[in-house]
Amino acid sequence: MLDNLSINKRAAILSIVMLVVGLLIWEAAIPAQKAVGELTEYERLTGGGAQKAGVPPPSQVIAKAWEELSNPFYDAGPNDKGIGIQIGYSIYRVLTGYFLAALVAIPLGFLIGMSQIAYKAFNPFIQVLRPISPLAWMPLALFIIQDSEASAIFVIFVCSIWPMLLNTAFGVAGVRKDWVNVARTHELGPLKTAFTVILPAAAPTIVTGMRISIGIAWLVIVAAEMLVGGTGIGYYVWNEWNNLDLTSVIFSILMIGVVGMLLDSAFGVLQRAVAYAE
Amino acid sequence: MPKPFLSIERMTQRYPDGQGGTMTVFENASFGIEKGEFVCILGHSGCGKSTIMNILAGLAEPTSGVVKMDGFEVSGPSLDRGVVFQNYSLLPWLSALKNVTFGIKARYPDWSADKVEAHARDYLAKVGLEGDVVYRKPSQLSGGMRQRVSIARAFANQPKLLLLDEPFGALDALTRGTIQEELLKVWAGTDQTVFMITHDIDEAILLADRILLMTNGPFARVAESVEITIPRPRTRTQIVEHPNYYAIRNHLVQFLGQRSKELAGKQSGDDDQRPETVRIDKTALVDEEPSAPPPLRAVND
Ligand SMILES: Nc1ncnc2c1ncn2[C@@H]1O[C@H](COP(=O)(O)OP(=O)(O)OP(=O)(O)O)[C@@H](O)[C@H]1O
Ligand SMILES: [Mg+2]
Repeated sequence: MLDNLSINKRAAILSIVMLVVGLLIWEAAIPAQKAVGELTEYERLTGGGAQKAGVPPPSQVIAKAWEELSNPFYDAGPNDKGIGIQIGYSIYRVLTGYFLAALVAIPLGFLIGMSQIAYKAFNPFIQVLRPISPLAWMPLALFIIQDSEASAIFVIFVCSIWPMLLNTAFGVAGVRKDWVNVARTHELGPLKTAFTVILPAAAPTIVTGMRISIGIAWLVIVAAEMLVGGTGIGYYVWNEWNNLDLTSVIFSILMIGVVGMLLDSAFGVLQRAVAYAE
Repeated sequence: MPKPFLSIERMTQRYPDGQGGTMTVFENASFGIEKGEFVCILGHSGCGKSTIMNILAGLAEPTSGVVKMDGFEVSGPSLDRGVVFQNYSLLPWLSALKNVTFGIKARYPDWSADKVEAHARDYLAKVGLEGDVVYRKPSQLSGGMRQRVSIARAFANQPKLLLLDEPFGALDALTRGTIQEELLKVWAGTDQTVFMITHDIDEAILLADRILLMTNGPFARVAESVEITIPRPRTRTQIVEHPNYYAIRNHLVQFLGQRSKELAGKQSGDDDQRPETVRIDKTALVDEEPSAPPPLRAVND
């Protein structure tokens, strides 16, 4: 019966089976907590009635997810905001830092890719700055910028700039000479050549760099928000950990994954749009 | 003697030979091409044909010497000189139609979009591309179709000089035959000058008014200029029956097979290296006036 299904359908069935089995094992592995009514006097007096901090079973996480996702945008003070609001803050920071980085990295990458001199002049700086963990900039950013919000954005800016810069330079430098010659024999000016020949020719490589960058930015924002605090999904995870609410921690971890996947697939769509076959 | 439409004067090209010295591809090469002429250049691989073409296109600079077109020195590429490269000259992210309009928009920036498209379709139709194929990307076209698009793009710009670097090199014999005839059709009725590199003797005889023969490099020379004394319009099947066909063909085969080697490697000293004109005509043995320029261009009559 499975044989007449397409590979995709069979794979989907397999995924669902793995998910269900995994959840069941997880659920079974967590010892159930006793209901309050069943506790002895002694247990109640020694505080056994309070929820014990343990890894929650998936059923609790799902219940939590249902509760949070049915009202994602509530705002009840600085320490109690809906998951939607928290993720919204994070996405806003990521996108701001990311687009500022793109604004710098893509034109600079063009320059480096087109000119040997620019490449050689910029290369030592790139080689030294690139391996620095973006979080290492945080203290300096906080000190200079004096604003946690802007510092988080700055950290995103720093971490997303490199893949975009290097891929743009690489893509631009690798544009086939024949295509550039086509532009030359048609007397296109430098700007026209850049936009009508080099940009489309290098676009797949550039977008690959952009896709890598957005992935890194999303990884880094969680850590950055844990440091600067206030708002955002990273802060939310940290805050729930401090509350010992592991259900919320697990739920928000899953949300980080889902949002990361959505960001990545948006760039996947863009990548397919600019791809061409030679 | 009036200057020809395109004149190459004492053109020399040297490259570093990779061992600290220099390698001379050709030296003091001089030749001319008349307006409206179709000239093919034949020579062994590596003798410098593409180098000459890139210089004519303005994509490369010779070590010394000048190229003049219409009396003006060629410096840098120009829309007056269209180029069909051997491969990869179509932009793979654009459809066939867009590749052609890309060129036309550069040539005629003030044309309306409709006019540009109609012009592009017109030229694509001339090389046999009509209907849905024009919306396909180069990767979805066969090799022959791609070269047709390249030719349409070059001709649609109506350049004064058209440079073709082995445009049919990668195609099979049948496809070659068809496109050669299409090329002749597109060219006929224009006053465009064509300079084409080829490896194929029969192709050269079919297409050219004149064939330039190059000796082997280094120190290659454009040694001979062979006039093709077969009237136009020509077709593949008819030219083989012309009395001059085999005489010319034998001469070319002899040259490429033997004399290109014998003549190779001679330094020019300081002389102009002008090709020697060769005219083989078995139909007019009786009353030929040797000095009169032969009326070779017979496309429209
Ligand atoms: N940029 C370069 N640097 C050094 N040598 C070069 C360069 N370009 C071409 N040459 C040399 O110049 C000579 C002529 O090259 P060219 O490409 O013009 O040959 P060709 O006649 O077009 O050959 P083919 O028929 O194989 O295309 C070759 O020996 C080649 O090695
Ligand atoms: Mg060549």
